Amino acid sequence: MADLDDDVKRKFANAAARFVPHNEALGIRIVDIVDGEAVFELPYDAKLVGNPDTGALHGGAITAMLDGCSGFAVFASMTERVPIATLDLRIDYLKAAEPGRSVFGRARCYKLTRNVAFTRAVAYQDNVDDVIAHAVGTFMLSTKQGKA
Amino acid sequence: MTTPDASAGTLIERITAAKASLDFQGMIDLVPYARFLGLTAAMQGDELITTMRFGDHLIGNRSLPALHGGTLGALLESAAIYELLWRSETIVLPKTITLTIDFLRSGAPVDTHARGVVTRQGRRVTNVRMEAWQADRSAPVATAHAIFLVMRS
Repeated sequence: MADLDDDVKRKFANAAARFVPHNEALGIRIVDIVDGEAVFELPYDAKLVGNPDTGALHGGAITAMLDGCSGFAVFASMTERVPIATLDLRIDYLKAAEPGRSVFGRARCYKLTRNVAFTRAVAYQDNVDDVIAHAVGTFMLSTKQGKA
Repeated sequence: MTTPDASAGTLIERITAAKASLDFQGMIDLVPYARFLGLTAAMQGDELITTMRFGDHLIGNRSLPALHGGTLGALLESAAIYELLWRSETIVLPKTITLTIDFLRSGAPVDTHARGVVTRQGRRVTNVRMEAWQADRSAPVATAHAIFLVMRS
């Protein structure tokens, strides 16, 4: 996909972003979208806390960010915008996010076939190598009405 | 927020109090993210069913429209955690180690229900299977399995 123009992919991904109310509800910001890769920021918000004793974010909010980020990595690797649907997503939670600070998600679409896209993603705070959660996903391409 | 004893105690103490008074909703309302998603829970027969009330903020695809997959994942994970909290004698906050979600159908913009079933209760980890459905329970929108660390920290 190296010959494809990043601006084209960014345009598709940013257009797609406007169709995701749940990302807005989570407060997600799209930090960067480049060839086959998407970086999201999930700012810390008290409404997303899972454990009020520690203030740690709920894993579900990180799951939702990584799912969305992975989907955008797929969009970021396509030049023609076709609908996609998540087939499956596995998330490993390595450690809790530190309260009060943003969590970032970085996803890469490492294989795109005619029907299926394969993604890897990590959630982190300071350093992309200091991982909070790791996710692998598969996506069906050109879905009709969201059905695989 | 209908939290019992919201003013005092650790989360575990407050969950224990909610359990003692059979207050499912009080247990859920202790968690801000659960209120954000709009989760409710109730016993139906001998099953603890968790419901995610539909809201526009749960939409992931405006043109279909369809629920965001992440909301289904969060519902499934929450249903499993509530099952563990509700069934276990001693309250230990389960820590999710791994969660795998199969998305089977597009989530319509309506209420979604979920249930978790423990498949193995070990000394340190517990395995749970979950499913989520909307109008027709025999046609789940998503299934999942998860492994939780259930040791006292």
